Amino acid sequence: MDSLNVPEFTPKHGVPPRLKDYFTGASPFQKQLASVRKQTQFGQTPSRRKIPQCSPLQENVDPQKIAFLLNKQWTLYSLTPMYKFSYTNLKKYSTLLKAFVAAEKQKGLAVDMGEDFKFKVIFSILSGMKGTHRDPAAFLVQVVSKSQLSSNNSEDKVIWTGWFCCVHGDSLLENVPDDFTCLPLFLANGAESNTALIGTWFQKTFDCRFTRLTISAFNLSWMAAMWTSCNLEHYRAATELLWSVPCSPQSLDISYAINPEDAKALWDSVHQTPEEITQEEVDLFIDCLCSHFHRHFKINLSATRLVCVSTSVASAHTDGKIKILCSKYLIGVLTFLTELAVFQIE
Amino acid sequence: MEDRNGSQEDSSLSSCSCSCSCSSSSSSSSSSCSSSSSSSTSVAMSTREAKLSPVIPVIKHSSLVCRMRHSDSDLEPLILSSDDDLETDDYQEGYLLHRAFEYFQNVHKKGEVMEKHLQNVEDIAWKSGLAPESIDMLLDVALNGPFADAVKARMLKCLIPTTIIHESAVVKAFSKLCATSCSNNTKVVFIRWLIAMFDFIDHKEEMNALYGFIFSFLQDESMGTYISNLLYLLTRKENVKPFRVRKLLELQSRMGMQPYLQALLSLYKSYCPNLITITLPPRRKFYYKSSDNIWQAAVFIVKQRHQSSPLLSVKPSIDVADHQPQRKKWNSGCFIPKPTSRPLFDEEQDEEAGLGMMRSAQNCIPIEQLHTFSQLLENIQYIQLPSQMCSVLRSTPLLHYLNCLQDETVWVRLYYWMIQELKEGCAWYKVSHCTSEEEFKNFLDIIISAQCFLQEGFPSSEMFLYKSLPLWDGISCRTEYLQLLSWIPLGKFSEIKPLLYKSLAPIFFTSSLYHKCSVLYSLKKLVQNWLLWHTSEVNKNPTHGTCLDITIIALNSVSELIYYVGWLSTIALRLEDYNSFLLHFILDFFETVSDMYLNYGLPLVVMFPPGVFYPALITSDTITLNHLCYIMYRYRVNLTAAKENELLHQEAKERLKFNKAYQEFNDYVTSLVDCLWTSTSLDKGHYLYIEPEILEKTKIKEIKKSLNLINHPALQPYSVYFLLQGWPSENEFSLNFIQKKKWNWYLDYLLLENLHGLHLFMQSSLNVADNPPAPITQPDDKLSETSISESF
Repeated sequence: MDSLNVPEFTPKHGVPPRLKDYFTGASPFQKQLASVRKQTQFGQTPSRRKIPQCSPLQENVDPQKIAFLLNKQWTLYSLTPMYKFSYTNLKKYSTLLKAFVAAEKQKGLAVDMGEDFKFKVIFSILSGMKGTHRDPAAFLVQVVSKSQLSSNNSEDKVIWTGWFCCVHGDSLLENVPDDFTCLPLFLANGAESNTALIGTWFQKTFDCRFTRLTISAFNLSWMAAMWTSCNLEHYRAATELLWSVPCSPQSLDISYAINPEDAKALWDSVHQTPEEITQEEVDLFIDCLCSHFHRHFKINLSATRLVCVSTSVASAHTDGKIKILCSKYLIGVLTFLTELAVFQIE
Repeated sequence: MEDRNGSQEDSSLSSCSCSCSCSSSSSSSSSSCSSSSSSSTSVAMSTREAKLSPVIPVIKHSSLVCRMRHSDSDLEPLILSSDDDLETDDYQEGYLLHRAFEYFQNVHKKGEVMEKHLQNVEDIAWKSGLAPESIDMLLDVALNGPFADAVKARMLKCLIPTTIIHESAVVKAFSKLCATSCSNNTKVVFIRWLIAMFDFIDHKEEMNALYGFIFSFLQDESMGTYISNLLYLLTRKENVKPFRVRKLLELQSRMGMQPYLQALLSLYKSYCPNLITITLPPRRKFYYKSSDNIWQAAVFIVKQRHQSSPLLSVKPSIDVADHQPQRKKWNSGCFIPKPTSRPLFDEEQDEEAGLGMMRSAQNCIPIEQLHTFSQLLENIQYIQLPSQMCSVLRSTPLLHYLNCLQDETVWVRLYYWMIQELKEGCAWYKVSHCTSEEEFKNFLDIIISAQCFLQEGFPSSEMFLYKSLPLWDGISCRTEYLQLLSWIPLGKFSEIKPLLYKSLAPIFFTSSLYHKCSVLYSLKKLVQNWLLWHTSEVNKNPTHGTCLDITIIALNSVSELIYYVGWLSTIALRLEDYNSFLLHFILDFFETVSDMYLNYGLPLVVMFPPGVFYPALITSDTITLNHLCYIMYRYRVNLTAAKENELLHQEAKERLKFNKAYQEFNDYVTSLVDCLWTSTSLDKGHYLYIEPEILEKTKIKEIKKSLNLINHPALQPYSVYFLLQGWPSENEFSLNFIQKKKWNWYLDYLLLENLHGLHLFMQSSLNVADNPPAPITQPDDKLSETSISESF
């Protein structure tokens, strides 16, 4: 359709914009639709990916903040582009969000914007948490309860944390007009009820939508391969894979732990193309692990479902929970998660 | 413009309170019944009441009003019959009122005569209402005069306007209210009257100037509800000030969670979201009890009497908390929120921002107040888009508005939301969904109706189809899901092809007969939508260069789609054993196709494939055969028209395009005529030729004639019945009996039996039948006389 090069319709009394766009190829959906039309098969993902690299931009991030993000269990969400979100208004947002949360907690009582509560909401930018310079800046939202005993600077307790980021989200950024901010990946830590409240506020305010991001077994095996391929000086934990056997009344889980060095050795023997990981390599890697298991226990793991992967880099569960352990590959992990989130929102 | 905006807000707000009245309607209606049955008690009640009880004063003279009040159905004849007396009545009323007011103004002490005058005023007021001047006067007397509270209340209660109430009267009344020592009761009655009659006050500018003054009454707990209600009606954006918000919050902390404070606060929030935040409890629906529907009833009666239309009632929206059902998760699929205006917390609302910006923000019409198309037209340049774009789906004025917007972001917002929502709600796309099929169906219905309204499909529903169709089981939400399919926009066929061939075809072939029929139906809708869209595009700018491109795309895509359906139909017929129900849907599709040239102006005629034509020809179902003949007739009409145009324009290109269709059409006509007419279809060199040896084995006599008009399995019942009816005394008859004259009678008989399609076909192709197969020569003159439309 792009090749047609049709002159535009007269803007007034013409067709509504999106119909016209079907013919001029100017619509932001055009590219997406075209790509979806071509693929047609659901769930097609690239068959090769780059090995996670340490991003040079990550050096800008405050190490304290990075430390704060590590070793916590995050629940993953995908987030559609936010309309009219502005980084200059963060302070205002925190006031509004605080009042909103307060009002929601005591339904029926109105709340003054400037009022002082037992908690506060802090928005802060995580500069450098991006893959390229085009990626919008990530930001962090924290709900902090003020300790009641002494008002001054005594230990404030963080009740809830959530952060929004976009690492190598180029495919999404291309399609979205300037009024939108694309931070497709949202990670939350804290009570689900708080996530619901804050999520609702974001949805209402920026006309976006949160969706739980679950990780399929297919993508988990990718994670297993990618994270095994990472070079680490010392390993903190064993590489562990969890398979689930669907049976009633309780499902049976099979845990498969491997010495991380052995896993790396296996990967190196499978891996051929430098800097890239291909689908075949991932399949082969998992197959090798399965056949090894079969040889010893006579259990065919390929008939079960991979539900959890944990390595020294990070650990991920199929129901959309992730824990990042290694700061060096933080960006790499986020790149893949961003890709999954973008796939989900498109 | 500002004025108009103001009144716009006011009227819509005040009608909120009007429609809230249903909560207490039962009590008032029962009391009004009692008033009519036992008059003495109700009068006693109204005089000694401490509070304003919802009692309509009894009118002795006019049983008319009472009757009118109770039966709306016989309202018209009553009014008509009373028309004659109207003038004399008016004169008398004027006189009585004049005397009563004169008396009131000079009275110093309550007495017997007083009761009589009061009664007169009440009667008149309840019957025909009071003129603005009378209201002015009576209001003045009621608040100023040395009367007992009960009398004042009665006076206030009969302040029923015929037309309008002057704002000045209200302002004056307010000053009286403070200057004289009115009892709280009187004040309450006055405020309640004001609330009930708010829409009748001609201007609200000066009243609004008293805002702060009215606001100060809020502190009085006994009047709080009413004052708050009045403020609710009166409030404009510029009235919302930080100090008032603080005051309200202070009252709230003093008095707790009062509904009337909540209502006012939520209104303030909707004007200035940056000052205040409130979340309303989900269950509460009404913030103000409106027990004053006697006044509304009275106003209605008076209005009816003067034969003007009652107030336009609008649904309240601001204060009804829109909450998801509690059990649902916060981001579960298929929830469409109510339209709410977007909070302005960007630079434009900051205090340092320019005045112009402030003004534009003030002029904006909150989305909550937009209900009707006329409101949309009046305020079209002041409309703010809702904070969540998805909320437009349920609002037709907003859909209208979106349709004329050139803003791309609107569609992007809608797109991202909708695709998520569809995926989340769809059971076969996402396994861990938490939406029931019923909810998803409803959601799809809303999207479909919005698409029908806009007459085009959303990109998100198209995207969703591409992603989810391969996973569909062909059963869940079939009706709705297939409707989405029929709104796929017209585009290059190569892009849609995989969806149809790879995803839809397997589902089609493997599922039930009924499913096949519904798929064919939605494909018919799809081709209709494409044709309509193309037509409207070409009509919009017929000279534009794009038209040619659109037509090229349309030509290609439509013909490809028809081939596709032909392919589907051929296989489906074989699979379903030439089921006539299925055949009906297939022929329905091709009926649309046969008329493309004339009905939709698309220079294209595509014939149906032999796999459809022949089963329909050798059917035992009369309706199918008739349908087939009708379609052939329409093809002929279209092709003839195309040929004429060709000759007119001398376009060699077009002729080439139609050549194939002519060829196919002629072949079909020949077959049809061979079969039904000349009985030569089984001869050598014809389409249904079968080796004579094989035919002999069937041992059917005169097998050649077995498919003609008399012996055709679909028509045999008719020929038999024709003979039985026409010659009932014949002991022995054969179908060969129908010849010559009887043949013509038989044809007329078939027409009488409503086989119009057959008839039209025969009429148009008769000369072809007489002189064996030849390409269409000229349009049949008889053709234009026969009407086509009613044949089915």
